[in-house]
Amino acid sequence: MTPAELKAFLSAGERKTFLRFLTCGSVDDGKSTLIGRLLYDTKLIFEDQLRTLEKDSRRHGTTGEDIDFALLLDGLEAEREQGITIDVAYRFFATDKRKYIVADTPGHEQYTRNMATGASTADLAIILVDARKGVLTQTRRHAYICSLLRIRHVVLAVNKIDLVGHSQEIFRTIEREFRDFADKLDFASLVSIPISARHGDNVISRSEATPWHEGPTLLDHLDSVDVTSGREVLAFRMPVQWVNRPNLDFRGFAGTIASGRIAPGDEITVAVSGRSSRVQRIVTHDGDLDEARAGDAVTLTLEDEVDISRGDVLVPGAQRPEVSDQFAAHLLWMAEDEMLPGRQYLLKTGARTVPATVTELKHKVDVNTLERFAAKTLQLNEVGFCNFSVSVPIAFDRYRDNRETGSFILIDRFTNATVAAGMIEFGLRRATNVHWQALDVTKSVRAELKGQKPVILWFTGLSGSGKSTIANIVERKLALAGRHTYLLDGDNVRHGLNRDLGFTDADRVENIRRVAETAKLFVDAGIIVLVSFISPFRSERRTARELVGADEFLEVYVDTPLGVCMARDPKGLYRRAQAGEIKNFTGIDSPYEPPENAEIHVNTVDLTPEQAADRIIARLRDSGLIG
Amino acid sequence: MREVVASFRNPVMLYSIGKDSSVMLHLAMKAFHPAKPPFPLLHVDTTWKFREMIAFREETVRRLGLNLIVHINKEGVQRGVNPFASGSSIHTQVMKTEALRQALDQHGFDAAFGGARRDEEKSRAKERIFSFRTASHAWDPKSQRPELWSLFNTRIHSGESIRVFPLSNWTELDIWEYILAENIPIVPLYFAARRPVVERGGALIMRDDDRMQLLPGERLEERLVRFRTLGCYPLTGAIESRAATLEEIVAEMLTARTSERQGRVIDQDEAASMEKKKREGYF
Repeated sequence: MTPAELKAFLSAGERKTFLRFLTCGSVDDGKSTLIGRLLYDTKLIFEDQLRTLEKDSRRHGTTGEDIDFALLLDGLEAEREQGITIDVAYRFFATDKRKYIVADTPGHEQYTRNMATGASTADLAIILVDARKGVLTQTRRHAYICSLLRIRHVVLAVNKIDLVGHSQEIFRTIEREFRDFADKLDFASLVSIPISARHGDNVISRSEATPWHEGPTLLDHLDSVDVTSGREVLAFRMPVQWVNRPNLDFRGFAGTIASGRIAPGDEITVAVSGRSSRVQRIVTHDGDLDEARAGDAVTLTLEDEVDISRGDVLVPGAQRPEVSDQFAAHLLWMAEDEMLPGRQYLLKTGARTVPATVTELKHKVDVNTLERFAAKTLQLNEVGFCNFSVSVPIAFDRYRDNRETGSFILIDRFTNATVAAGMIEFGLRRATNVHWQALDVTKSVRAELKGQKPVILWFTGLSGSGKSTIANIVERKLALAGRHTYLLDGDNVRHGLNRDLGFTDADRVENIRRVAETAKLFVDAGIIVLVSFISPFRSERRTARELVGADEFLEVYVDTPLGVCMARDPKGLYRRAQAGEIKNFTGIDSPYEPPENAEIHVNTVDLTPEQAADRIIARLRDSGLIG
Repeated sequence: MREVVASFRNPVMLYSIGKDSSVMLHLAMKAFHPAKPPFPLLHVDTTWKFREMIAFREETVRRLGLNLIVHINKEGVQRGVNPFASGSSIHTQVMKTEALRQALDQHGFDAAFGGARRDEEKSRAKERIFSFRTASHAWDPKSQRPELWSLFNTRIHSGESIRVFPLSNWTELDIWEYILAENIPIVPLYFAARRPVVERGGALIMRDDDRMQLLPGERLEERLVRFRTLGCYPLTGAIESRAATLEEIVAEMLTARTSERQGRVIDQDEAASMEKKKREGYF
């Protein structure tokens, strides 16, 4: 090679684009053989490796006298014996146009998590199908996982086409079947190619045996498919990995730019705190930069002293991510231990790790049919759609908008294992997009103006127990004494704020959550709030209690026996429930969990409503809540 | 690298003096600029490294003002372990693998950077970037943590550690192109020069000092050679080459037909030898 040729090569190398892809398919579809073939045909196998390969092919190979390319890749002893790839292997090759990183991922069902691992960083997926077997359950599973992880480009490689006599009809049938499924998956491109990895047909050079194939060869397609990820045109995002403070005069924020670009002078905001400044310098070892873009690892200094630490995300003030402590996400479970809603895990996104809980598993996805169905937990390799709650608000984008800032992993707190991969769909508290507003007039100012201490009187009990009657009397007595009050009644609220909710367990939980939040606002306003709801579940009443201060919540248990309530049946509801006309009726076919430590305990068998109300007023007076 | 520094108590960078270590160190200088890399370098010295490597090591540490820890397995030295009498396999086990474990335990390092690349060898191709090791430094290829996106699980229990491979996705050609582009200093042994070599077991071994005895029939001769990888001199084969500049090395690379580990005596010992070594705690 002459110096001129070398120079030409090096400058071509700088222009080469980069493509990461993965191969997936079922056991024995020929994934490893295909990659071995690509490495061999692009002259990436060295002579000594080829000699070892020839030797190994005779010993372990399954291809007779031919070279078994799969042996080049199946690196680990165990899988060599079993004849299956059990982990993700990364391979590298280059053509005149592109440099490639290939993730070889397993086809075996229990190793789906490895496939997701390979898919998370890939731009393109080659899904292999054995021409003799056609589209299998595994094929659909792999296509779905590719789409779930937002791989935009898919190649359907119908392998071993030589073993079906290079039949166009078989190829078309498989292609059609796959397309029918893939149409639901939103890929940007889908190209089908008939190949023989073992013999090289349509891998690099066009096969004479398939004259009917008009599309590109596999390598032509890889070299030409447009995978410009668009990461650079997205809004600027940089999670701060590390604060660089070598001395008192320098304070730099180090991180890798997840998306977009940045230049000195650009306005910048810390996503969660909302504090802003401008970029002063982009500091590197080789001098300051005029601009940095997605993928660059940089250190930024800012014009102002802003409180920023590891885990914060730097963004443009005008293009902020969502900031919330609740969101909905797809979850791929990767551990032997099942996922349990309510258990606390650690969630890592960007450079931030926070405690997180799955508050609700909305549905599980059958990865073969894409059907949704209800489930209580997720098992290894299952995919579900969940609501999450994290201990502090975090910044994120939707995964479909930004793979870097919309993804997270879950870590088991005790084993430290990575147990799940998550893709955020949307935030659940739009209100926090309107960042917290610090107010000058506080709760105590409002309460003082009214000359009272705000409190929630939470009446719980069966339908017909007398809650509303008693609450009504209590409010009348308080009003006569000059107190500012408000009564939230179950039936009334269901006509307005909560008219979209039914009586399933999930809706009951949401019903109470909204009422509790509303009651909290009234407490904030300095008002004595009377809440009269059946509120059958302990955990929701506890949630309501925890929303306000310890001395601002009094639980009133109206403990009238079910038999008495049924006999009274003031609205005729028990009768209808017993006749099966009303479903999920508390006390009939939906449980009531009585309070264990209610502050006030009354019933309407031993007391008249008037007497019960007096007892409650007395308790308020004793507690110093009213004078 | 920044992720490791931000997440671990006591990280260290394994510095083998080779070209990959040079690139890794260069990246560390860049990642923490204007600060110095906030961790020491650790060199596990088998006492059989090329003299030029040791000279280069001292020069590098002085030039960059870094903190270097050199660890030698003294027990191995006392037992007289050496690559000639003990064989390459035992020598590597005692002077590299055991020595490394000693050093990591002695200093209580909870994260160690290594310059390994996935393109080097089959079992390395499946290695994670953040690779978990038990308290006894063992690697279990079947229970590796999945690595998605660029989110690395850095959590460990006390006593356990993580090996981190920042160059995982680099190829040998990438390394040379980068050394050329960034003008990174490397040990002169990578460049062709006339050196005293002996042909032994199909490899060209450079006689770096007189601890190497000539066997009957062997002849020391001056040949124009260079090295593609560096290790213990009795275990590292030279290649005949005229490439005396970085440009010439890259040009040679582009026409190379053998892999870089071919010159390594340790890999040819037994099938799947690297995977065995790694399970035992070799890098």
